[in-house]
Amino acid sequence: MAILVYAEHDNVSLKKATLNTIAAAKQMGDDIHVLVAGSGAQAVADEAAKAEGVTKVLLADNAAYDHQMAGNIALLVADIAGDYSHILTAATTTGKNFMPRVAALLDVSMLSEISGVVDAQTFERPIYAGNATATVKTSEAKVVLTVRTTAFDPVASEGGSATVETLDNVQETGKASFVSEEMAKSDRPELTSASIVVSGGRALANGENFTKYIEPLADKLGAAVGASRAAVDAGYVPNDMQVGQTGKIVAPDLYIAAGISGAIQHLAGMKDSKVIVAINNDPEAPIASVADYFLEADLFAALPELTSKV
Amino acid sequence: MKALVAVKRVIDYNVKVRVKADNSGVDLSNTKMSINPFDEIAVEEAVRLKEAGVIDEIIVASIGPKESQEQIRAALALGADRGVLVVSDEKPYPLQVAKILKSIAETEGTDIILLGKQAIDDDNNQTGQMLAALMGIGQGTFASEVKVEGDKVNVTREIDGGLQTVALALPAVITTDLRLNEPRYAKLPNIMKAKKKPLDEKTPADFGVDMTSKQEIIKVVPPADRKAGITVGSVDELVDKLRNEAKVI
Repeated sequence: MAILVYAEHDNVSLKKATLNTIAAAKQMGDDIHVLVAGSGAQAVADEAAKAEGVTKVLLADNAAYDHQMAGNIALLVADIAGDYSHILTAATTTGKNFMPRVAALLDVSMLSEISGVVDAQTFERPIYAGNATATVKTSEAKVVLTVRTTAFDPVASEGGSATVETLDNVQETGKASFVSEEMAKSDRPELTSASIVVSGGRALANGENFTKYIEPLADKLGAAVGASRAAVDAGYVPNDMQVGQTGKIVAPDLYIAAGISGAIQHLAGMKDSKVIVAINNDPEAPIASVADYFLEADLFAALPELTSKV
Repeated sequence: MKALVAVKRVIDYNVKVRVKADNSGVDLSNTKMSINPFDEIAVEEAVRLKEAGVIDEIIVASIGPKESQEQIRAALALGADRGVLVVSDEKPYPLQVAKILKSIAETEGTDIILLGKQAIDDDNNQTGQMLAALMGIGQGTFASEVKVEGDKVNVTREIDGGLQTVALALPAVITTDLRLNEPRYAKLPNIMKAKKKPLDEKTPADFGVDMTSKQEIIKVVPPADRKAGITVGSVDELVDKLRNEAKVI
């Protein structure tokens, strides 16, 4: 049976997370269909059809799917699930929101945020905030899961030539409706997809110092800005910048942690980064145990110098 | 209006977990256990809704080992009115837990069902969504703000890149994110009073739910160690290493 990948998009373009998810799907089987559910999302479907390894694109284009409301999307996916052995999507807030509903509608258990594929029924996933990795075998006839995208290299976005088929399946629960959306405006790359992240911790001492010391370095590197929970709790920066178990999970090429001690909850959110740099005046700080490069220095002197030299 | 809050007994979030030597799981013997931090936020939100006069009664439910009654008592000390403990020796998986919660919610006729967005042990982030699907009702996951208005509730949700507000018909399921509120501490007199609050003990069989899951944990291993890093002596050396050795800038 074929594999269904649910596409992550904003009705305009396909999100890269979908390409990572297709890469994971390829380890489970060959016949990969991508479902694009949205409103005015033809361009997204055309884009998905070009992705490497995709054999068919299904486009469900209706106002009911405009804002990716979990109830409607779940009914749609469950309705077409009969044809598929595996149903997966990226472990983004959208994927996490609707996919468990799909599993419950199909009366099957589900696997969240898989980080590895052992075989088509067996998967690896982090548990306990990444402090352990579980290998889980499922005997469900239908495998429903979300994929930790940072664990899979994306497939090529060009080269494929799948057909696009239109679905006229309209599903509405009538129990939930969209009210409004308020997206954070930032010229910097998004935290979870940035290739470089510069994060500050409690040692920054206040919000102004984030602006004065962390942001110039981030801007010079084209990096996203992150923070530890201590910095968020102290009110230096908003909560959506928090990296960690209860915040965002990142795995950039370069993660620079300035003034962050490295509590386990923080490490859970960033220790899969390719290269970790820690700038800290305490060589005993736990962050030193995961850092590839540890600079023992006062960050108020080291950060401006680093900014001027990169 | 009645609220149902689900709480899970998990390893305290400050404890550094150890994987068992036989790779069968994580060693939980002699470890400090607590209410899952997101569930504590759910309890707090229910208590605030009660204080605001929106909710009259808060029922707190937990499914798990008998010791989970400690977590129910803790929630009662924070302001919940009564507890339901569903004792299960089997590891509780989200689908089975959702089925039991559905049964409780429908029997009690609860209008607002609050859960944490995820438990910090299995990191699943599934139960609330599954419950909403089984009940055929709306869900407001990763909530950072909850406003009940008449027969509906407006939930502001933390999504990638910003916030989204949805309106849900009641009854509805809400799962809490970190920003929703700051849970209070239980005061000693309330801890004493909580011991006298009613706590029903049930089994999954009472709800006709079979706890066996079609998922089997083959092994649990510690995450791969990172190779030891080096200490650099200056910013110049750091820049040089990043440029020429790691090649990341």
